Amino acid sequence: MSDVVMHVWRGDADGGQFEEYTIPKQDGEVVLDVIHRIQATEAPDLACRWNCKAGKCGSCSAEINGKPRLLCMTRIDTLPEGETITVTPMRAFPVIRDLVTDVSFNYEQARKVPAFNPPPRPEGGYRMSQIDVERGQEFRKCIECFMCQDVCHVIRDHEENKSRYAGPRFFIRYAELEMHPLDTNDRRDLVREEMGLGMCNITKCCTEVCPEHIKITDNAIIPLKERVVDADYDPIAWLGRKIRRRTKRTAAEAKVQPD
Amino acid sequence: MSQIEHHDYDVIVIGAGGAGLRAAIEAKGRGLKVALVCKSLLGKAHTVMAEGGVAAAMGNVYAEDNWKVHFRDTMRGGKMLNHWRMAQLHAQESPDRVQELEGWGALFDRTKDGKILQRDFGGHRYARLAHVGDRTGLELIRTLQQRAVSMDIDVFMECKVVRLTTDNDGAVTGAVAYWRPTGEFVTFGAKSIVLATGGVGKSWKFTSNSWESTGDGHAIAMWAGASLIDMECVQFHPTGMVWPLSVRGILVTEGVRGDGGVLRNSDGKRFMFDYVADMFRAETAESEDEADRWYDDHTAGRRPPELLPRDEVARSINTEVKAGRGSPHGGVFLDIASRRTADDIRKRLPSMYHQFMELAGVDITREAMEVGPTCHYIMGGVQVDPDTAATSVPGLFAAGEVAGGMHGSNRLGGNSLSDLIVFGRRAGIAAADRAENLRQPSLSESQVTEYVDEALAPFTRESGENPYDLQHELQELMQANVGIIRTESELVEALEKLEVLKERAANVAVGGGRVYNPGWNLATDLPSMLTVSTCTAQGARDRRESRGGQTREDFPKADPELGKVNFVQRQSSGRGFSSEITITPEPLPVMPDELMAIFEEESK
Repeated sequence: MSDVVMHVWRGDADGGQFEEYTIPKQDGEVVLDVIHRIQATEAPDLACRWNCKAGKCGSCSAEINGKPRLLCMTRIDTLPEGETITVTPMRAFPVIRDLVTDVSFNYEQARKVPAFNPPPRPEGGYRMSQIDVERGQEFRKCIECFMCQDVCHVIRDHEENKSRYAGPRFFIRYAELEMHPLDTNDRRDLVREEMGLGMCNITKCCTEVCPEHIKITDNAIIPLKERVVDADYDPIAWLGRKIRRRTKRTAAEAKVQPD
Repeated sequence: MSQIEHHDYDVIVIGAGGAGLRAAIEAKGRGLKVALVCKSLLGKAHTVMAEGGVAAAMGNVYAEDNWKVHFRDTMRGGKMLNHWRMAQLHAQESPDRVQELEGWGALFDRTKDGKILQRDFGGHRYARLAHVGDRTGLELIRTLQQRAVSMDIDVFMECKVVRLTTDNDGAVTGAVAYWRPTGEFVTFGAKSIVLATGGVGKSWKFTSNSWESTGDGHAIAMWAGASLIDMECVQFHPTGMVWPLSVRGILVTEGVRGDGGVLRNSDGKRFMFDYVADMFRAETAESEDEADRWYDDHTAGRRPPELLPRDEVARSINTEVKAGRGSPHGGVFLDIASRRTADDIRKRLPSMYHQFMELAGVDITREAMEVGPTCHYIMGGVQVDPDTAATSVPGLFAAGEVAGGMHGSNRLGGNSLSDLIVFGRRAGIAAADRAENLRQPSLSESQVTEYVDEALAPFTRESGENPYDLQHELQELMQANVGIIRTESELVEALEKLEVLKERAANVAVGGGRVYNPGWNLATDLPSMLTVSTCTAQGARDRRESRGGQTREDFPKADPELGKVNFVQRQSSGRGFSSEITITPEPLPVMPDELMAIFEEESK
C-alpha cells in the first residue's frame, strides 16, 4: 500500500510550524491511528488529546484540511487520495501544544448555567412521556467536542466576543433546560442579555460540523430565539407574569444555586 | 519543596467518572472542601463509553422484579465469588440512585405510562436496565458533571496523580500529581482520599478501554499499603469490533443482543444453543422459537442463550473461532439486521449504527456485524469494606471499577453504572465522616521529593528505551499469555517477562519538554500498568480453576474449594512498583442464612 503524508502543526502559544510525516498506509485507519503511529515512532512528544477512539467522548477535536473533525472518526480513505493531509489544532481556542488547545472557555460557560431545578419528586417517581423527553435527549447527545464553538464565526476570529457569547454548545444546553419537562427555572433573560443569543445569525456552521448530527440551529437556537422574543414582547405573557404567580423562576433568581 | 503548588482539602477524589463524581457530590453536599482530580478533561472519563444501561430493580417493566432477584442474578453472574454484602447493597440501593439522577436532570427513555423504561441484558432475569438509547454512560456522566459544576466543586483537570503520601501510622495524608498541560507538579493535602480511577484494560492489545485505563488507582493504593483481590478476574466483553484492525476492540453494546440481535457462525448457525452451562440450563430457551417468543413476553418462553452472562458468551465465541467457524476477520456474526426493522435499529441503537457506518463501512440495518471478545473490565480491585468503601489504609476509600468484590469473578452488563452511583455515594459519605473529625494532615517533604524525582527520572536519562515500545510489548504479552483462555506455562512465562519489562521500565527515556508530552505521560503510566498486570498474571496462575473471568485451559472446571477464597495481593516490602507482590488465598466473607435461602429455594 502507498504512504500517508501528513502535515501536522507543531508548536505552542508562541508559534509553531508544520512538520511533515510519512507513514505507510494501513487498511481502515482513521487520522488518529496515524497520529498514534507517529507518536509511537518518530515523535513521542507529539501532543494530541484523545480518549474513547469511538466518537463518544469528544476529546480528539482538531481541524483536518481546515475543517473541524474528530480525529478518531475521520477515515483516511474518505480524504482525497494521494493528497497531503493537514492537521491543525482548533482555531478558536488558544494552543497549549501541537494539537491540544485550551478549551477552558467552555468549562467557564458551563459554570454560568443556572442549575436544573425540578419540583420535589412525587411518590413513585417523576412521570414524563417519551415524546417530551426526546426533545431534550437530542441535545443531550452532545459529546462536548466543542467543534461547534470552534467553527462559530462569532468567536472563531473574534476573541473579544467570548466574554459575552456562550456559543452553540451552550445554546443547546439552555434549550435543553428550557424544554425539559421538569425544570422550573427561567433562563430566557439571561440567554438574551448575557449569553449573546442575538449575536448568532443562524448560518448553521455549527450544525454542519456536529458529529452527533444535532440540529443545533433549527431545533435549539431558533426555538430559543423565539421563546426569548416571546418572553420580551408578548403582551399577554407580560400581563400573565404580572398577575399570576410564576411557575418558573426568572434568570436572576435562578442564578442562586440550589442547595 | 516550597515552590510546588499545594492545596489542602477535606476530601480529594481521584478520577472523575461516575463513581468519582458521585463521591464528590456527596462529600460536597456535606459542606466540606472537596476537589476532583482527573487525568482527562471533565466529562471524558471512561463512564462516557458505557452504552446499554444502568441496572436497577425498579420493576417498571416487570413488576415481579425486586432487589432479591437482582442480588441473585448478580451473585450467580459472578459465580458466587462476589462479596455478598456489596451485591446486596448494590441491588437494594440502585433504584434510588437512578431516580436521583432524574432529579438532577437525566432524561431516560420512558415506558408508555411515563416511567423509566428498562431493557433486557445478559444475566438479568427481568428487563432491568434504565437507559437512553445506547448512550447511557454519556447521560450518567453528563448529569453528574452538571450537578458537580452547579455545586461549585473544584476540578483539577488533566492532572495525573503519581503517588499517595502517608504518615507514620500508614494513613493517607495526600497525593502528588502533575498537570499534563504544563508538566508542573502539584500536591494535595487531604483528610480523606477517594480512589475512583477505573480499570486496567490498556495493558491488553485488543481492548475497549481508552489510554486512561492504566490501573493507576489499583497501583497507588497497593503502593500505599492497600490490598487487592480477585485481580485475575478480567472480563472480556463478547462483542468488540474486529475489523478494521485499527478499531479492533471497540465495544459493541450488549443492548444489540438485548434488543433481539443474535450470534451466528460462518454456517449461519445460532451457535449459542450449544453452549448453555448446567447452571443456566433451567432458565435458557432450548429452541430458536422459544427464545424468540421471549423478547415480547418473558412468560412465553425462556431467555435466549445469547443473553447468558458475558464470560459464557465470550468463551463460546472464542471456541467457535478456534474451530474454524469464525467470520472472515476472526470474529463471529452479530445479526440484528434480519431481526428488527431498519427504523427500530436506528432508533434503539443509534451509536452502533453510526459507529459501524463510519468506522467499518457496515450498515447494521442491512448486514451482520463482525464481533469478537475484547478486554473490557476488571472485576478485581482494591479490597474495601462494603458499607463504607474504606480500604485497609486509613483515610483511603475506593469505589467503582477500581474497587474489588462487588462483581465476583464476572460482572453482569448494566451493573457497572449502578455500582458507580451506589458505591460512589457510599465512599463520599464515609470520606466525609472521616474528614469531619480530623485535623488537616501535612505532607512529608521527603516523600514528595522522592515521588517527584521518580516521575521526572525519564527526562534525566541520556539514553533509554521508548516508552511506547514497552507499552506495545506489554500489550502483546498480556494478550497472548494472560488473555481470555489461560494456562500455567504461559502465565509463568508472562510473570518472568513482566519482571524483565519492569527492569526495562526503570530505564525508559523521553525527549521534549514537560508541557503536554504524551511520551512522558505514558512513561509515568507504565509503573501502574506493570504492577496491575503482574497482579493479574499472579492471580491467574494461582487460581487453578475456571470461574467467570478466569478461564484455565488446564483446569477447565470450577473448583468448589477455590470458590470459597479470594486471592489477596499486597506488597511485601519497600515501596513502589519494583518491590515484590505477595499473594495469599483468604476465605470469602460468609453469607448470612437469610440471603443464602434465596439460592437454596431455587435449587429445590
